[in-house]
Amino acid sequence: MLYFARWKAVAILLTAGIVCSFAIPNFVSAERVKGWPEWAQRYVVLGLDLQGGSHILLEVDKSDIVKQRLDTLRGDVIKTLRDAKIVWANAPVIRGNGVEVRLREGPTYDTALAKLRELSQPISNNIVGITGQKTLDVTEAGGGLVRLAPTEASMTERIRQTVDQAIPIIEKRVNGLGLVEPTIQRQGIDRILVQVPGLGDPRQLIDLLGRTAKLEFRLVNQTMSPQQALQSGVPQDSEILCEARERNTGTDASAMKPPECTGGTPILVYKQIMVEGADLTDARASFDQNGRPDVEFTFNASGARKFGQVTQDNLGRPFAIVLDGEVMSAPTIQSAILGGRGQITGNFSIEQAKNLAIVLRAGALPAKLTPIEQRVVGPGLGQDSIAKGKYASYVGAALVVLFMLVTYGLFGLFANVAVVINVGMIFGILSLLNATLTLPGIAGIVLTVGIAVDSNVLIYERIREEVRNGRTAIAAIDAGFTRALATILDSNITTFIAAAVLFFIGTGPVKGFAVTLGIGILTTLFTAFTLTRLIVAYWVRAIRPQYVPI
Amino acid sequence: MRIPLLRIVPDNTSFDFIRFRRISFPISAVMSILAITLYFTHGLNFGIDFKGGTLIEVREKSGPANLAQMRSTIEGLHLGDFQLQQFGGPDEVLIRIAEQPGGEKEQQAAVEKVRQAFGDALDYRRVEVVGPRVSGELLYTGILGMFAAIGAILCYLWFRFEWQFALGAMIANVHDIVLTLGFMSLTQIDFDLTSIAALLTILGYSLNDTVVIYDRIREMLRRYKKMPMTELLNVSINSTLSRSVITHVTVAMSLLALLLFGGQAIHSFTATMMFGVVLVGTYTSVFIASPILIYLGVRTTRALAQDEADAPEAPNTPAARSPARTPSRARR
Repeated sequence: MLYFARWKAVAILLTAGIVCSFAIPNFVSAERVKGWPEWAQRYVVLGLDLQGGSHILLEVDKSDIVKQRLDTLRGDVIKTLRDAKIVWANAPVIRGNGVEVRLREGPTYDTALAKLRELSQPISNNIVGITGQKTLDVTEAGGGLVRLAPTEASMTERIRQTVDQAIPIIEKRVNGLGLVEPTIQRQGIDRILVQVPGLGDPRQLIDLLGRTAKLEFRLVNQTMSPQQALQSGVPQDSEILCEARERNTGTDASAMKPPECTGGTPILVYKQIMVEGADLTDARASFDQNGRPDVEFTFNASGARKFGQVTQDNLGRPFAIVLDGEVMSAPTIQSAILGGRGQITGNFSIEQAKNLAIVLRAGALPAKLTPIEQRVVGPGLGQDSIAKGKYASYVGAALVVLFMLVTYGLFGLFANVAVVINVGMIFGILSLLNATLTLPGIAGIVLTVGIAVDSNVLIYERIREEVRNGRTAIAAIDAGFTRALATILDSNITTFIAAAVLFFIGTGPVKGFAVTLGIGILTTLFTAFTLTRLIVAYWVRAIRPQYVPI
Repeated sequence: MRIPLLRIVPDNTSFDFIRFRRISFPISAVMSILAITLYFTHGLNFGIDFKGGTLIEVREKSGPANLAQMRSTIEGLHLGDFQLQQFGGPDEVLIRIAEQPGGEKEQQAAVEKVRQAFGDALDYRRVEVVGPRVSGELLYTGILGMFAAIGAILCYLWFRFEWQFALGAMIANVHDIVLTLGFMSLTQIDFDLTSIAALLTILGYSLNDTVVIYDRIREMLRRYKKMPMTELLNVSINSTLSRSVITHVTVAMSLLALLLFGGQAIHSFTATMMFGVVLVGTYTSVFIASPILIYLGVRTTRALAQDEADAPEAPNTPAARSPARTPSRARR
């Protein structure tokens, strides 16, 4: 146990040295590190709880996706039956989570059913390819009633795709705010985690992310007043929308569902969308001729053509600018607008105009996103936590080091050297992995210091025992290592299992704890099995001790 | 020159831990029943992670915070149940607002109302909003993780030792968790995600300790096939006692530093760990996990399975292990 081949000793020292040296960039000024090669530029990333910042978990509104899906499905059913020239008994309607259509019984029934079944296609995705599942369940309820319901699998797939589409748009929006180093990642199937370091007040961000930003230009139906429409029934081709009231947060759209518009006046607009937000190439916050903030936008070629056409054909009529189901404004068309430029006015503050410009530039989200978890740490608290964490670590380490010296003397010193290298290696590995250090993570390191010495304690106590059992100094040391190492392995694996489970179930700070604890156990095993042994082996070789000084 | 070194536990202790089980087992039973009663009468003080709701840590910009005034301001917002708590310094206050009815959006709106009510008078140091959906999932994964960890560790122990050891460790485990939960109910410490981390770590450490003693018991079982179980267990615990104590002193020192200087943010975490790792974990491995092996019949299967496998190795070791009691028996 105490013999080391020279190459082994060198390998051990090299490993420890190299791993420790990965921690160096954390202690050198950022400018100097910039000059280093790419692979050496590795840092421990401070968690949001330490550097301050916002963590926002968004969830895709499933009901929104289901509704979209059913709307399209209903359209598909109508189209399919019309194309096949089949007359239905009752028009397709959305009921529950499916579309129902009552067909005429008789000879056409089977053809119709076959056509409808063709709407159901195999689901494929880019992970497993064709999954063997279908997009629709087509069932016959008797009496000519056919029900088409999207399968669970197809909805899941659709939600997954929606999230895929939403992520780049969110990125654009977050970048539009000029925020530094945001992380945007998918979580599970229907969630997106947005983390922005340094952002202490995420209200603007939440406002930005909570908007779908679906922009539509539609004509106002002037054949009757909205009040008349409410009384006599809204025409098939139109709907009643509310004028946006004074926008303060921009997320109140759902609070004023038509036809009861609490803030603004109701407006009757055609359902047909003349031009939409997807045709925008640019949007900027600006000021109108009265000096009030507005948003100026530019269309792409096809958008400009459509916009020019509509304005030319509808001179003198009001043109509604609809954002997320609210009428922002409905200016009367004064002249044909052929340049592909326009502006949206409303009661904006400058900031709101800027936000609107950002979301319009980034494009509309494929579905509504709802923030379901928000954790924000201000920069002040983060700094306090770092200061406290550091202080506690120093005190804890000092106590342990002192205690080891008092208890084991020279061997205590060996243990302390091993612990210092151990902590160095933890930081090295954390840097190498670009892992995140959180406040509980610091606690994990402090705790590791506490247990790293445990491996030494196990060895030393065993040596003490062997000495008591009458072995010579060198034999006792040798036996102490041999016997203690098996125990060290067994006992650390149990803690490691706990850390691993924690890593998989935990989020944020807790995960940070699991990471440092787990890495700490690995480095502890390394130092116990190699470094401590090496140090003691060299000491034995140099001194040839007659007694063990512990 | 020899420097006198600290010996917390004297050499050659021979405390009769196994006999002491007649005291320690009833004590543990009573404590466990107490803990369970506490758990059911007082319950855990679930934080927003598991209950949903809003937590806002603020600092009054102009001197000490006026809690009474803040309370009446928040009452005026009609946000349902809320709590105010001094947190750290006199100017720091923790506002907890219960989950708002009406879904995810209402939770965000509550924060906005508070911000508007207090305006610029406060510095918002931390804002956490956990919606109903997330809180339910966090609780579920937390509980699942607990069981997964216990299961995985048991499998490992079963694989490395005999099933009796795994069972003994599990009893000790449950004992640890029950007592720690009792402690949490008693102190009404915040039970949040970090508490799950604390519980899992306690589990890991308590087992760590148990395993060290079990390792020694196994070693002794192989070496002294005829030593009576009571004595064998006693010798094992006594010979690892010094290590147990020293290790827990060092871990306690680390935790004490965190508890005193680590700040409010990890206070409940370190307090729980201190109780669990240092107080319960040590006690359990020495007074519960090891003595319980007496009842689980380790020796019988051991003797059958392990006939000639392990011969004693060095001639000078066996007899001297516990010189006062074992010499004649150990020399086979």
